[in-house]
Amino acid sequence: MTTFLGMPTTAPRGVGNLRGDESFPAAAHKALGNAQLRRNLGHATATIRAKSGAVIGELPDWQELRTAGSALKADTMARLPELLLQLEENVTAAGGVVHWAADANEANRIVAELVRATGENRVIKVKSMATQEIGLNEALEAAGIEPVETDLAELIVQLGHDKPSHILVPAIHRNRSEIREIFLREMPGVDPALTDEPVILAGAARRYLRETFLSTRVAVSGANFAVAETGTLAVLESEGNGRMCLTLPETLITVMGVEKLVPTWQDLEVFLQLLPRASTGERMNPYTSMWTGVTPGDGPQNFHLVLLDNGRSAVLADEVGRQALHCIRCSACLNVCPVYERTGGHAYGSVYPGPIGAVLSPQLTGVEDNASLPYASSLCGACFDACPVKIDIPSILVHLRNEVPHPRTEKALMRAAAYTMDHPKLYEAAQHAAKLSKVAGRRLPPPLSGWTASRDLPEPPSETFRDWWAKR
Amino acid sequence: MRIALFVTCLADTMFPAAAKATVLLLERLGHEVVFPEGQTCCGQMHINTGYQKDALPLVRRHVRTFAPYDVVVAPSGSCVGSVRHQHAMVARSAGDEGLAARAEDVASRTYELSELLVDVLGVEDVGAYYPHRVTYHPTCHSLRMIRVGDKPQRLLRQVRGLELVELDAADQCCGFGGTFALKNADTSTAMLADKMRHVLDTKAEVCVAGDSSCLMHIGGGLSRLDAGVRTVHLAEILAATEAAT
Repeated sequence: MTTFLGMPTTAPRGVGNLRGDESFPAAAHKALGNAQLRRNLGHATATIRAKSGAVIGELPDWQELRTAGSALKADTMARLPELLLQLEENVTAAGGVVHWAADANEANRIVAELVRATGENRVIKVKSMATQEIGLNEALEAAGIEPVETDLAELIVQLGHDKPSHILVPAIHRNRSEIREIFLREMPGVDPALTDEPVILAGAARRYLRETFLSTRVAVSGANFAVAETGTLAVLESEGNGRMCLTLPETLITVMGVEKLVPTWQDLEVFLQLLPRASTGERMNPYTSMWTGVTPGDGPQNFHLVLLDNGRSAVLADEVGRQALHCIRCSACLNVCPVYERTGGHAYGSVYPGPIGAVLSPQLTGVEDNASLPYASSLCGACFDACPVKIDIPSILVHLRNEVPHPRTEKALMRAAAYTMDHPKLYEAAQHAAKLSKVAGRRLPPPLSGWTASRDLPEPPSETFRDWWAKR
Repeated sequence: MRIALFVTCLADTMFPAAAKATVLLLERLGHEVVFPEGQTCCGQMHINTGYQKDALPLVRRHVRTFAPYDVVVAPSGSCVGSVRHQHAMVARSAGDEGLAARAEDVASRTYELSELLVDVLGVEDVGAYYPHRVTYHPTCHSLRMIRVGDKPQRLLRQVRGLELVELDAADQCCGFGGTFALKNADTSTAMLADKMRHVLDTKAEVCVAGDSSCLMHIGGGLSRLDAGVRTVHLAEILAATEAAT
């Protein structure tokens, strides 16, 4: 006998950062008008693309690695419940405590209570998408706890009272003179003679953070991977701030989406090659920290793992869409996306921007809450080619477009068009009508007004191909 | 060889010159071209806009129309991409396994023009003459969906009188994307602006591609700017001869 527990729920409204205030076209319109943003993004994405392309080109087996990564993730998703229980068992056996959070509210509550139980009122944070997704910083602040971001770019975003616009490079929309202004305005104890030299800016952040690292007793992190077989967590990073957060404090709380799992230790071999080359364009990331529960006398003596669902089970229930859970958050799809390169990340309204965000955010929230995102792509396919775990993003976009509530007029037009196309005589009549109506020129009514705002429509030809063929 | 022309609704209605050129080129190379009656549209616009159910009759019509032919050619990488990568999926989603199998069968015999010429007919020099400075835009679906690779350039390099100039950032989308150009008109225009800049930088007189849809987009932008660059379909260049000029 089985008990039906209901369909898995999506991420709740009113908490977290998965929904924007306006539709993608409206937000994109504003972003496109920002020349500084366009310049920053164009420069940054082109630089990362070139760097990543060069190190990927060094590997003769890159395609085989992608296939292996894809297969490992597919296997993990097929056995997710049992693997999660195995992870819990192994983390617990190693001295950690595992918490299960159905959604953002539950995860935020668990973390706030854990911090409160330590008696501390400040936490240092390792850059983490999961905690951005659930709005943990806002929740901690509401509970009287100060979260301090220690990744340089996340710190820039936090000090600027801003939102991240890229998965890997959250402050990609800022250039160094803007960063200098933010530091001068917001960073306690900053040298007023600060210049915009990258090394000087990094030095200022380092001085500010060093004191915080040494005096804060609780850290919150995400995780890039968790190994079910051993109960090991892994964080990959470039700056060493993560290593500080993961080793110095007394208490470490890790919030991790349930899909970050890999079955065995050996599986990391594939992902540790794929991730740095696809994301930062490095052969190996500078810092790889791994820990298994608690080690007496070494590192944090209290370790809590919060396993987050927040809509992931609902994604897993969709046969086509579930591939989006294979994502290892490398951002390669953002860096190659011609739409992202021009609009930037904020236009997507979610902490997950770009092509992966366009398929992940609507699935986590339910498509009606992010109805414009599946259309935020020209289906050019660059994302699919770049994805290190071969997520077929264009196919998921096309799939999700079927589930979006369609505008009534559009629905009627599309139905009429399909009917016409299925009746050759009607189709020919429509061809001739188009010719007679002179649907050409420079200013046409909706829905063609979007086209003619910037592009001419060609004159219809004097005869169609089939007319010509019939006369031959 | 007897070759069935899948003209595509866009070429049929708006860009018949590309379709006529396809016919004349293949006939010049000694092949018989037939035009199967009853063909209309492959349904890609419906599929890509979220109206997959409405596309089902169009998929069925396409499969029925082209099933009797051994070789099918279309002057469009995008429409061939839909036939190859979407038709069976649409049939399968509707629970019609039989149609899915027939769709896969038709797809396996359907070629984009440059694929047909290079892979099936084994020609790169089609005897064309086109004395112009030309730049080639590899359309996204030709490049990444059906992977035509450098076949169009190999064909163009054999054209007498033609000067082929490299297009910067060639593999970036022009911003067309079907209904994307209407639903996200601003972003589409921003992408087009960069594509046009790169085209103009080549100082070519002609921008060539294997898809009338992308050419309609790039050409519509260039025309609005009175930029003095024409967009021409690959078939038209390959069909041009010294005798005809």
